[in-house]
Amino acid sequence: MSDNRLIRAEGVRKSFSGKEVLKGIDLEIRRGEVVVIIGPSGSGKSTFLRCLNLLEVPTGGHIYFNDVDITGRKVDIDLHRQKMGMVFQHFNLFPHMDILRNMTIGPEKLLKKSPEEAEKYAMALLERVGLAERAHAYPSQLSGGQKQRIAIVRALCMQPEVMLFDEPTSALDPEMVGEVLQVMRDLAREHMTMVVVTHEMGFAKEVADRVVFLDEGILMEQNCPEEFFGNPHNERLKSFLGKVL
Amino acid sequence: MSFQEHFIQNFIEDERWRYLWDGLNVTLTVTLFATILGILIGFLVAVVRSTHDRTGRFRVLNAVCQFYLTVIRGTPVVVQLMIIYYVIFGAVDINKVIVAVLAFGINSGAYVAEICRAGIMSIDIGQLEAGRSIGFSYAQTMWYIILPQAFKNVLPALGNEFIVLLKETSVSGYIALQDLTKGGDIIRSRTYDAFYPLIGVALIYLVLVLLFTKLVAMLERRLNQSER
Repeated sequence: MSDNRLIRAEGVRKSFSGKEVLKGIDLEIRRGEVVVIIGPSGSGKSTFLRCLNLLEVPTGGHIYFNDVDITGRKVDIDLHRQKMGMVFQHFNLFPHMDILRNMTIGPEKLLKKSPEEAEKYAMALLERVGLAERAHAYPSQLSGGQKQRIAIVRALCMQPEVMLFDEPTSALDPEMVGEVLQVMRDLAREHMTMVVVTHEMGFAKEVADRVVFLDEGILMEQNCPEEFFGNPHNERLKSFLGKVL
Repeated sequence: MSFQEHFIQNFIEDERWRYLWDGLNVTLTVTLFATILGILIGFLVAVVRSTHDRTGRFRVLNAVCQFYLTVIRGTPVVVQLMIIYYVIFGAVDINKVIVAVLAFGINSGAYVAEICRAGIMSIDIGQLEAGRSIGFSYAQTMWYIILPQAFKNVLPALGNEFIVLLKETSVSGYIALQDLTKGGDIIRSRTYDAFYPLIGVALIYLVLVLLFTKLVAMLERRLNQSER
């Protein structure tokens, strides 16, 4: 059971200039599991996600990744981040590189893959998300949905053990949300471990193995989607679901 | 005297045009190497300062850089030039061109530093986060992702700095270095004619500035093409 746990957050706290946005969060993510985190804006859900790969350094508590405490002082966080893919709300593609280079620079420089090998892997991924013919386009020539699909496969090029999604569809025009969710659905089907912060309740119901509700920096409730949406216990969750569903 | 006679007296007789030609060579040499030195210094200072701003590292180095910026930008370049020549190298026999390159390079570095820092800080923080999330170190993210984008943004300003520097070197005469301006001044002292040598010098500067402005614009266009 213990080697099944990929990420373990233990009492994670985070303050920004005196204001505490995470008040001690415990959460385990098992290998192959899709965990969706929801909550009102300002609840700390994005901050918590960014703590998992230390883009935000927690002010208290521990994050264990593969049983290594990555909040420890002696840890080379860059090595661990290679195995944790991240997808951002605003895509953050590198505008000075074409799509293929966006995807191959990490594997080449960090995983020491040969250019041919990295390109072959990247092209196969592009094929899967239907963007192979845009391999030599620049990010500025793509639509938002295309950019986000590229951002996902760019992270996948590093062959990560877990994918972190920080509101991946929030900056998209409504008609482009579907194509991005489809890629994520496919990933989940292939048993990629995923932690997703989103407002897409439909996606949470359909794809998540577990849904987590954060509010005011506290983990209020977590459950399988059927129970979570069908039989919520927490009062704040009830009123939140009443507003968004 | 006709224009032709003035021209011959000021520029042709006794090969006086050589003062301008040799002076031009000195001016261009000083400007070129001072620009290179300035960009080197400015780049390093900018990396230190922006890293400090974003991560809080390099506290001591950042303080040193801030001191450098304050002193250099707070005093006139002629005074800096004379201090380097008469005070720092006062007791040593040293080539004046090297002194001028050092003085103008160190001076320009302060301005280039702030240009580069603005360029680095103008790159969206998301680029840094994306690089780090892939697993690149801070230095690798700077090198592969932030700096190439920042360089493109600051190139016009760097070209402008080169042009400013070209004109600033005209104070080199204060350490008796025979640059273009000093060359014109020497002709004036020989022919007692101020108009022709000085207008001649001014025209040469103007042509150079127009030429480099054009070059920078071309380079900028080429860099923009690679992205669209």
